Amino acid sequence: MRDEVVASTDGCVKCTICEQACPVAAVTDLFPGPKYVGPQAERFRHGDSVDRSVEYCSGCGACSVVCPQGVAVAELNIRARAQIPRSRRETLRNLALGDTESVARLAGLVPGVANALLGNRAVRRVAQWLAGVHRLAPLPAFAPRRSVRSFWTKSPGEGVPVVYFPGCSTSWYEPWLGEMVVAVLERNGISAQIAAGRCCGLPAQSNGFFGLAARRVARIAKELGAPVAKGTPVLASSTSCALMLMSEAKDVLGIESDPVLRLAEATWDVSEFLLDLHRQGRLDQKGLSPISRRVYYHPPCQQRRHLSGRPALELLALIPGVEIIESTQYCCGIAGTYGLKAEKYEVAMEVGRGLFSEIADSSPEVVACDSETCRWQITHASGVPSVHPVELLYESYGLSGARRPLRQDAKRKSARR
Amino acid sequence: MTQALSADVLVIGGGSTGVGVAWEATRRGLSVILAERSNLAGGTSGRFHGLLHSGGRYVVSDPRSASECAAENKALRSIAPQAIEDTGGLFVSLEGDDPAYAEGFPLACERAGVEAVAMSPAEARSAEPAVNPGIQAAFWVPDASVDVWRLLGILSAQAAEGGAKILEHHEVVSFEQEGQRVLGARLKDSATGETRWVSAQVVVNATGAWSGRVAAMAGCEVEILASRGVMVAFADRLSHLAINRCIRPSDGDIVVPIRTVSVIGTTDVAVADPDDTTVAPEEVAAMVAAADQLIPGAGSARTLRAWAGVRPLYRPPGGAGSGATRTVSRAHALVDHATQDGVEAFVTITGGKLTTLRLMAEEAVDLVVAKIGLPATPAFVEALEEKPARPAYFRLPDALAHRESVWGGDRDAVVCECEGVLRSDVVALVAAARGRIGIGDLRRSLRVGMGPCQGGFCSYRCAGLIAEAAQAAEAVTEDLVEFWKERFKGTATVSFGAQARQEILDRWLYASPLAPPGEPVALP
Repeated sequence: MRDEVVASTDGCVKCTICEQACPVAAVTDLFPGPKYVGPQAERFRHGDSVDRSVEYCSGCGACSVVCPQGVAVAELNIRARAQIPRSRRETLRNLALGDTESVARLAGLVPGVANALLGNRAVRRVAQWLAGVHRLAPLPAFAPRRSVRSFWTKSPGEGVPVVYFPGCSTSWYEPWLGEMVVAVLERNGISAQIAAGRCCGLPAQSNGFFGLAARRVARIAKELGAPVAKGTPVLASSTSCALMLMSEAKDVLGIESDPVLRLAEATWDVSEFLLDLHRQGRLDQKGLSPISRRVYYHPPCQQRRHLSGRPALELLALIPGVEIIESTQYCCGIAGTYGLKAEKYEVAMEVGRGLFSEIADSSPEVVACDSETCRWQITHASGVPSVHPVELLYESYGLSGARRPLRQDAKRKSARR
Repeated sequence: MTQALSADVLVIGGGSTGVGVAWEATRRGLSVILAERSNLAGGTSGRFHGLLHSGGRYVVSDPRSASECAAENKALRSIAPQAIEDTGGLFVSLEGDDPAYAEGFPLACERAGVEAVAMSPAEARSAEPAVNPGIQAAFWVPDASVDVWRLLGILSAQAAEGGAKILEHHEVVSFEQEGQRVLGARLKDSATGETRWVSAQVVVNATGAWSGRVAAMAGCEVEILASRGVMVAFADRLSHLAINRCIRPSDGDIVVPIRTVSVIGTTDVAVADPDDTTVAPEEVAAMVAAADQLIPGAGSARTLRAWAGVRPLYRPPGGAGSGATRTVSRAHALVDHATQDGVEAFVTITGGKLTTLRLMAEEAVDLVVAKIGLPATPAFVEALEEKPARPAYFRLPDALAHRESVWGGDRDAVVCECEGVLRSDVVALVAAARGRIGIGDLRRSLRVGMGPCQGGFCSYRCAGLIAEAAQAAEAVTEDLVEFWKERFKGTATVSFGAQARQEILDRWLYASPLAPPGEPVALP
């Protein structure tokens, strides 16, 4: 049978709606646009990849979301990018950014040393020259071992069982977010079992390592096979992990094994899950105490591809006293690891320019955003601290114990200029 | 009447046969004039599926055609590799197909000199993942696909370089005869309406399905069975190998990957009028169903266009035959009307296949040379000498690489998005033609308007570029409307599914924002 993604190109009527929606094509001539590199170029691809221009697709997926004919434009482009012949240096750089789990496991052993190195301007200059990672790019800081230990020893509490999938970001960079997620769930009668710290495979996939990505997903599907078979929901607070487990494993990597398909059915974005609880009347709304804060909410591009509306926005609206400014901009530019690369950093910053100036104009105290890489980029570019929406729920519930280390934001700000 | 012309040979017909004869005659040092009533490949040649036959199709039913195809496949590859994509092909036997045919296939191939390599079904599936997984037997053959406009463009350009005069849009009105000798023909220029007189030592009738009519104008008899075959193009390539069904020749037995599309062919229906290229919706449905058997999923793939070509099947005088077109030989015929009808200096070369055009040309020119009295020279030698060290076959990603090479900033713009045609490509062609060019010519040379949108976007851009270079806006508008009539004719029977959505958008663009000035012209 014809591959579904390739077959979807049959739907393209050249209407150009995707080209209008593409945030990258809008800011640079290096990228010819999603229709051009997607359904149009696809008809010529056979054997060697000859079109490097698809490299500048950030994979934000705006094209697939807006296409009225159901063409899987972004999925085509991710696949085509993986076919581009690469120099050894480029391959090594992409592997360092794509195999986040291995890198984090290593550096996580000595977070202080790793952070000191990554925060050092001279080291970053060398890293840009040697490894092609832009010296100013918002690389995350590794969490102190104390915070990591605190998350992994957190008890799931009493209640209806779910599995919480922490992914790389919570496992190694923001363990306090995991603690907050578990605590907020517990407050609402949900007992979250924490799954092993694994990479979902999305960074590997977007850096062209489909084999590695497929092994990552298959391992998770195997490990979570038992609870998924019992109908236990799997929750992710990282939008990219949720996207990978919900759809991209099948749509991009083409995995159609039963465990992966069942996992896709079971996976929820944490905000979508909490909103669902609320709609069932099971969310403790009364327990939300007022927070008088001006919050700018930005739904990341990956979250939009969940095709579930803006659940975090509806949740934030439940918190008394919060003043919400809703983003009108599509993308912050970072697109996972795209904006970290030396040749794409400026493009990514240009893509996010509209968002950054809108944030500056609305002078919020904090930015809420569901994706970690977007939060890092937003704070890097705007200087405004950024949090996951669940962090605000945690605060509103008056929960305590988990704490975001202050120096995290300070450090990232220092990376500017 | 404009000035008279004269040449050693006047070739009537600018299809693969006629262009081949003009090319061959020029190479042998003869002066040549070729007259074509429309444009090169405007008849049957431009209306086929694009297969350069390995010969495998005919090894059982018509071994002579099979042997000729096998030899000529090699010859054409060395003559015009740029027009050919070396796809390779499979013969596959499906569940329910007569197993005896597949069993006899290798021996029949060997006898006919057709290269065929037996493969296990698993090997065939790995060579072509799109093929029906239920195949029972499979053979690899050296099929290829050929872009006929590019092929005839190469041959006619070489002929023109050697002094041949190629007259498109010139139709024969009458022959000039003195006693029992043909002296030449009167041609009518369809653009100006003027007639011109061409004298020649020998006239070659290479008008394919029309050769009976043309021969009759000289008082000669050629019996042609006109056989219509319907083809359907899909919007994308469904396979990268040609896939033949390993059965006796029948309807819908071949899917050819040609440029960016796949074409399923074909039917075989006797028609009275060689200009009858109508396509019935049931024929389209039958072709799509046949494609779905060879390539599961083809049945729901987007269809782009359907068309019909009319094959010239030659029946020798007094020859037997039930009249069933499938059983008539595909082999070509060379008729010397001096011996058959007593008419001197008039020769008909007809039947055959596009794949065998060189052989047909060689035989025809041998006869011409014998009549004129020049010494014959072996034709093949020179072609072999010209053979490049490594044939530079066309490759599918070439167009993408071409587009990519000029991408970036203001370096160029894409005019035809589906086929990746650049503004510079169009401008160069318009300039070379000194503005005497239509969108249809751009389509044949560059594939403008042959992709999924069928010209919905690029036709207006091309019209603009032509107008910018040379022509009056009114003439360009007229050309644009003609182009659209032709486009919609070919999509009428495939307007369902995704193609229907495309057509609605195309018609809306045509009717409203980009409407030609003046009274709206109704489209089919």
